[in-house]
Formats: sequence, structure tokens, C-alpha cells
Amino acid sequence: MIEFRLPSLGADMDEGTLLEWKVQPGDILSKGQIVAIVDTSKAAVDIESWHEGEVARLLVQPGQLMPVGTVMALLLEPGETAADAERYQPDARLPASADAASAGPMQSGPVMAERRAVSPVARRRAGELGIDLQGVSGSGPNGVVTLQDVERAAGAAAPKDRPDGMRHAIAAAMSRSKREIPHYYLAEPIPMARALDWLAQENAARPVTERLLPAVLLLKAVALALRRYPEFNGTFIDGSFHPASRVNPGVAISLRQGGLIAPALFDADRRHLPELMRDLSDLVKRVRAGSLRSSELSESTITVTQLGDQGVESVFGVIYPPQVALVGFGRVTERPWVEGGKIVVRSVLTASLAADHRVSDGHRGGLFLAALRDLMQQPEALDAAPSGETK
Amino acid sequence: MIAPPPPSGPVPYNRDFALLLLTDMLRVRRMEEKSAELYGAGRIRGFLHLYIGEEAVAVGALHALQAHDNLVTTYREHAHALVRGMPMSAIMAEMYGRQEGCSQGRGGSMHLFDRTTRLFGGNAIVGAGLPVAVGLALADKMLRASRVTACFFGEGAVAEGAFHESMNLAALWRLPVLFCCENNRYAMGTALERSESQTDLCAKASSYGMPVLRVDGMDVVAVHEATLQAQARVRAGEGPLFVEYQTYRFRAHSMFDAELYRSREEVEQWKKCGPIHTYTARLKRQELLDEEAFLALDAQVAAEVDSAVVFAEAGSDETFESMMADVHTSGGLSR
Amino acid sequence: MSRRISYREALREGLREALLNDPRVLLMGEDVGRYGGTYAVSKGLLDEFGPDRIRDTPLSELAFVGAGIGAALGGLRPVVEVMTVNFSLLALDPIVNTAALYHHMSGGQFSVPLVIRMATGAGRQVAAQHSHSFEGWYAHIPGITILAPATVRDARYMLAPALSDPDPVLIFEHAALYNMEAELGDEEPVDIRSARLMRDGSDVALITYGGSLYKTLAAAEQLAMRGISAAVLDLRVLRPLDTGAIVALTRQCRRVVVVDEGWRSGSLAAEVMARIVEHAFYELDAPPARVCSEEVPVPYARHLEEAVLPQPEKIIAAVEALLGVSS
Repeated sequence: MIEFRLPSLGADMDEGTLLEWKVQPGDILSKGQIVAIVDTSKAAVDIESWHEGEVARLLVQPGQLMPVGTVMALLLEPGETAADAERYQPDARLPASADAASAGPMQSGPVMAERRAVSPVARRRAGELGIDLQGVSGSGPNGVVTLQDVERAAGAAAPKDRPDGMRHAIAAAMSRSKREIPHYYLAEPIPMARALDWLAQENAARPVTERLLPAVLLLKAVALALRRYPEFNGTFIDGSFHPASRVNPGVAISLRQGGLIAPALFDADRRHLPELMRDLSDLVKRVRAGSLRSSELSESTITVTQLGDQGVESVFGVIYPPQVALVGFGRVTERPWVEGGKIVVRSVLTASLAADHRVSDGHRGGLFLAALRDLMQQPEALDAAPSGETK
Repeated sequence: MIAPPPPSGPVPYNRDFALLLLTDMLRVRRMEEKSAELYGAGRIRGFLHLYIGEEAVAVGALHALQAHDNLVTTYREHAHALVRGMPMSAIMAEMYGRQEGCSQGRGGSMHLFDRTTRLFGGNAIVGAGLPVAVGLALADKMLRASRVTACFFGEGAVAEGAFHESMNLAALWRLPVLFCCENNRYAMGTALERSESQTDLCAKASSYGMPVLRVDGMDVVAVHEATLQAQARVRAGEGPLFVEYQTYRFRAHSMFDAELYRSREEVEQWKKCGPIHTYTARLKRQELLDEEAFLALDAQVAAEVDSAVVFAEAGSDETFESMMADVHTSGGLSR
Repeated sequence: MSRRISYREALREGLREALLNDPRVLLMGEDVGRYGGTYAVSKGLLDEFGPDRIRDTPLSELAFVGAGIGAALGGLRPVVEVMTVNFSLLALDPIVNTAALYHHMSGGQFSVPLVIRMATGAGRQVAAQHSHSFEGWYAHIPGITILAPATVRDARYMLAPALSDPDPVLIFEHAALYNMEAELGDEEPVDIRSARLMRDGSDVALITYGGSLYKTLAAAEQLAMRGISAAVLDLRVLRPLDTGAIVALTRQCRRVVVVDEGWRSGSLAAEVMARIVEHAFYELDAPPARVCSEEVPVPYARHLEEAVLPQPEKIIAAVEALLGVSS
């Protein structure tokens, strides 16, 4: 029996509300198929299956809020039948990574057996949010659980309060980051003249809809630099660094209603620029539409943030755990630049690196930024298909 | 109480009016006999208070009133509604609970209402019609209408406070109310002398300072003459007037009672005074009617009854929604 | 231009306006004429409108209420004053068995456009037989509208829509309010279908009517000083109950205390609570609570009378119990 569990799509995701099943019992799942749409604090996300098999039972109802790790559905393995699924008792224990979600105030022994005094509105709301009332402490007379208690317990869960929920989620993730990750920061000016000239030339030959933005060059350069300095590309979990096998930079995209989200551009190091450009446009569009794939939220390996559009010169970001680095780009400005003993005016952009000192040191960080700078001086090379070089 | 001698005096009317009185008494009688039969057949349910034996009162009195006068009655009011001009079919349909009934089937036997003939209701609370009649008369007096409000009630009502309060109020304000007391001797099973310290009903009414009349309620001619006189005085502005019609109910209070409160002999004695057969005899004696004409009349009445039953049988049921929507005049409010 | 008048004067103005506007209107009842009204509401009206239209009646509640019904059926627009709700029991039959039923029972043929006014309530040391609050009983009956003006504005303006109603309307004036004064604008017509929010709040809904309104507002004021936000709803109309307003406020505050001077068992408060449970159960954070009169005949002695009636302190205590806080 294959347990299809609610995946964690990011460090700030503890739970999700099932919005819709995209499969029915009897469907044969293929890998990558969309199984369900789940509302998280950030967006409604398509949840893909990483298993193959026949859908036997759906264990969660739309509207139900569930902690990460909840067994949502059962899939049959070869040789199993629907009857096996009927008999199967899913393991109620959650994966270790999600155990924090179920932690609540402890009840004294005998009370556990009694019916909790829960106000009708609190019970209704808990049902809507999928909150387990056993974990909610009551602030009303005689410990009655009130609406306020449930909503407090639900935290950021209410889908209709997404901006609020997202703010809570960002707050939680960033607090954790600053609490746990010893950041260090480096910055490096990057001359942009060559890159911009090359882009102008390149775009002149392209239809308006297919023109490349400087952001694509920067993303590609970051991706290529990461191949040389893999200690910035990966995750830090359970006390050790896990380098990522792919380069999936998460691109920070701000939302109109507030908050931001950083879905992954998969294999950015292996994409041609036009391809990358298309992916980026598509990603922005889908972020705005609220239709992201679960893997896009869960599998980014570093975050790239660009606040140039807002006019800032440089940005020093907070790492999105469990990632270990964040690259920031400011705006392109014309600055006095000394070249060959002369002061000239050059278009320059400040690149910054916030990195996890548990994984890397400033020396390596400096090398990474220098590589990034140099890559940006050979824009034509950025478009080349990647060589066989890995790492 | 001993039955009076059967009425036998001359009928001082032309043939048409004389036969009209007979016809109406027959219509009431045959309609009610049919109602009793239909009650037994389960077509009519609830309470069914029959007027059989008392027909001379309603027929004689109502033919003394004018069409625009007000009429307030009790729950024993089939006769009053019919004589007043309500179609027999509307009465029968009401007893059937059909929406074609005068009260849409909501009232049944005890609650016959008719706006067009100013019949303000079969009121099933003993004495409750009297204050309403007083108010109707007050409105007429203040609005300067030359109407009389005839209020029928049984002798049992004189034990109610409503009777005394209303007599007082009507007399105090000199209102045009004709209080028509149908004294059929028994309030359900309680004889007058077992419930009243003063059994002279006219004496009670007189104590409120109003004129009174006592009349043989088995004699349609006497009833008519007395009521003609009474309504004229009331209409002339003399204030209220009280008429006691001494009558007798031949059947049970409602559809069935064991009649433990009176003897079979007493009932038989009173039946000798029966208003229809005595009046028919008088008409025959005066050669205003012969047996052949009587049978023809009776057949005509039977046909009316039959067609009323057909009408009621064919009637339809009011919808629940329609019924619920009419608690208030504005409609639609289920409050 | 706003002016300050008493509840009594407001009632009198409403009556006078009705008598001036419609010749079919008359006021009848015990001592409404020469005496000037037991509560002086009709003082001066006899001189202006004469004894036919300001009609003194004998002490015959059954007959003059019944006569009011007949007069209404006969084309007048009577306003019958039953001195107090205590005596209205003598007129229960005409009100319940005649006025309320006639329209429906007659198959819609007859309507009874009658207004009955009466004083209600306790609080003036007039002892058990003169201290009843039976408006909740009357609110049980389909076919009549039950009003409970608690404000000078309602006292002034409820009569006009009541007289326009083709069916019977009973108006219960709380005896403790006649001397109350308030500012009144020139023209502030009111409806006789809706409750009115007298004070907004978020923690608890206090639902009341009539003489209890001011005790409830006083309680809300004291609660506010302690950081508890209490909304106060004046029901105004006891039948038909404004269920929508009751449910909306319940939803808003999630906790409800109903304040009703009637006895608890089978009270109007019971009906309000039932509707809350029927229509807003899943909006509740606590069981609905109520403050009613103690189930005992209302005593004469001042300290005892005060003790049996709803008071701000009892309302506050009920709110504290709901919120699980103590003073």
C-alpha cells in the first residue's frame, strides 16, 4: 500500500487545506500527475504524485485542513486490491519533520477521556479549518474552547485570510532563519555595460513578446556560478548540509495583495536564455493566478531576489530555510568607475550574497560573487547550452 | 319546563311571504338533516351544532331585519347564515372544509362568516359576540349609519360577564343593538333553573334599563312580528332592546350527547310545537298551501340540498401556503 | 429642531396627531376622558376632541375591548386603552379569541384594525397584582402585532403605523418610563417590524426591550469601563420578532444575554433564546443566558422588589459568567 501524504512544500508550510481532488478512486496515477489542489498559507498549489499506482481510497475531504504528512490517499501497489485498501490502517503518526504541527498543550490524563467543552461556533470553525480540538486549549469559562482559541490555533491557516496568513508564515520562516542561521553578507559591484549591450543587440532581432530581460542573464549567471560553488546550493537539515543535485533558484516574486513567494525555476543552469525567459514569465503569471505546482514551492535550492525595480541599490536578504544562501540584486545605476586610471561612467549593479556560515565562509562567498561578476562580462557565453560539466 | 300549546294562530301574510317563511324553515331543516347524515358518513367532522326545532327564531327574526343590518351569531348559526342569504353550497362546502366554503374551510360549522351580508361571524365562545355587537353598533352610531346590529346568543350566555358588561355598555351609550336571546332551555346540559338564581331573562335585561320582549320562539309569526317591532324601535334611536325567544332544541347539543339532562317525554312534548309542521298546518288551514304544493316545495328544497352536497363534494382544498399567508391582512407574513 | 419631551408627552402627541388626522380614530378606556388618563397620557384630549372620541368606559375590560373589536369591524379606528396589563387578563378572550383570529377564521373576509394600549411592568412598589409583564404571553399569539416602545421616539411615532395596520396591534408602555425625557427631532417616523441596535459592541449581545432597556444600557456602560464591549439591541417589536437582527448580533458577538422583566419560564426571553439556538447555534461561543424576574409574585417592599427585577448588576454578572471573568 502506498500512502500518499501531504508533502511539505517549504519550511513555512506546516499544514494545508484540501481544495479539490483531481483524481478518483480507480484512476491509475502516473508520476508527476496532479493529484489534488491544496491551499497553503501562500497559494493554492497543485500536489503532484511521485508514485505510480491505482488510487484506492481518498482519506481527506475538500475543506479539511491537515498537517504536513497527513495520509491523504492510498494507492495500490502491484498485486493489491481495493479490499486491501479498505483494511489498511494508515499510520497516524506523522513524519518527524512535521511533528511540531501537532504539538499542543498537554491535557491531564482523565480529562482526555471527557468530551471537550467546545463552543458551537468554535466547533464549526475548527471543522472548517480542520483543526484537531484536542490540541486546542480553551480560554472560556471552565476551559471552554472559544472561537478565538480555534482561530489562534489555526494561525495562518484560514484560506480567506491569505495575506494575513502569509504574513504569519513569512514571519515564522524569517524568524526561524534569523534565529538559526548565522548569516554573513558580501557585496560586489557588477559592470553591466557588456551584458546590456549584448541584450540590446539580441532583443533587436526578437519579437517584443520574446525579448529577454536582464533578470534572465543574472539568473543564468547565478545558476552557472552555483555549479562551481555548490556549497551555496542546497539545504541545511538536521545539523548537516545537503548539497542539491539540481540548480533550482527560487525567484522571489512579490504579490499584489502583499507578501511574497519564491517558486523554483528548475535546472536554470541547463536552460537556454529564451527558455529560461519563458519559464520566468510563466512562473510570474502563475504566481499571480495562484496556481503553482507543489514542487515549485518545495524544491528551490537557493533564493534570488531582485529589488532593482523598486529602486534600491543593493539588497541583503534573509535566507529562506532550509536553504543556505540568498543572492540579491539591486538596480542598475550609472556610477563613476575607475578604469585604466581614469574615471569613467559605467552602468553598474550591486550583487550581494547572504550565506549560512555553518556551511560556507566569506572567502568562498567572495569567490562565488567574483565568478558571478565575471560570468556577466561574457553574456554570449551565458546563452550557450551547458557543457557536460557538473560540479 | 312544560311545552307551550302548539302555535295555531292566523298567519297574517300574503301567500308569497307566508311560503317564504316556510321555505326557509324547510331549507334549514333539510340542510341540517343532511349535515347530520354526512357527519355520520364522516364527510363533516368537528363540532356540529344543529338548530333543528329552533328554525322559527332565525327565520322569523331575520326576515324582520334589513339587508344592511349587522348580524352577530353563535356557533349554532347555520340557519342564520342561510336565511341571511348565504348560498347553501357555501355553507356545505365550509362544513366539508373546502376552500369554496364561506370561510375557505378554515372555520367549519361554527365559523360561518359573510362579508357581503354583514354576517360577522359564528362565534364559538359563549357570550363573545355580545361586545363585538356593541362595538359594531358604536361604529354605526358614530358614523351615523341607520343600521341595527342583531346579536344572537343562547340563554347560557346570560351567565357570562360579557353579557352583563355588554348590556350595560349598550344601554349606557344607547347603541342600536338588538339582543336576540334564543332561550332553548339548556346550556349544553344545564337547565336554566339549575344555573341561574334569576330565571327571568327579561328581568335581567330590564335591570340595565332597556326595553324587553318575550316571544314564543316556536311560532314563526310571533317571532317575526315581535322582531319587526323591536328592530323599528332600535332603528329609531331608542337604544338597545332585548328579545327573549323561547324555543327548544330537538336534538343533542352537538352531534351526540346522552341527553341525561332531559326526559324523552319532554322532548316529545316540545316536538308537538315543532315550528315547521305547526306552521304548515296553519298554512293549509288558511288554504295558502296544500299537500301537493308542500311536497313540491320540499322536493325543491331537497334538490337545493343535493346540489349543495355535490358542490361541497367537488370542492378543493386550500393549500397550506395560502392558509399560512393569510394570518394577517397584509398577507405573506408568517410571524 | 429637536426638543426635549417626556415619554408621556410623546404618547399624547402621537394620539393627538392620530385624532386630528383621521376622524375614524377614537380613544376609549377607563378614565381616559375626564380623569385625563391614569398615567395622564390623554390629559387635555377630552376638551379638544369631545366625549364621543375620548370615551370613558365602565370597568368592563371584556366589553370595551370587545366593543373596540366591533367598532374596528364597523369602520372606526379605535385606540382602546386598557389601564394596565394586569387588567387585560379580563379581556384576554376578546383579544385572543376574537381580535387575533377573525381575519384568518373568516377566510380573510374581515380585518380588525384595532390598537390596544396598556401600561406594563413593575418597579413602582405597587405589589404583586399591579406589577405584571405579560407582553411575552401576548407575543405567543399569531394574528396580532406586539409593540414595546422603550424610547421617546417610539412612544411618539409607533402609534401611526399601528393605526395603519389592518390587523390588531397591542402597544405595551412600561409604567416606569412615562416620566423619562429625551430629545426628539421634528419628524422621526418609525417602523413596527424591526429591532434597533442601541449600542454596538463585539464581546456580548444584550437583547432586551421596554423598561429593561435602560438597565441594560447602564450595564453595557459599566462593562465598557472594564474593557468588555457589549452591544444592546432594543427588540421594540415582540411579535413579529426581528429574528434577522437577533441572529446578526449573535453572529457578531457570539455570546448573548437576554434581559426580560417577565418571569423566566415560558418568557419572551425563552423565545428569543430559542430562536438563537435554532438559527445561530453554530455562531455561539457560550450558551445563551438571560436575566429575568425572579419567579415569585412581585413584592411590595422596595428592597425586595428591586431584588426580584432585572438590574444592571445582574446583567453584568450574567455577562461575566459567559466570559469567564469576575469583577
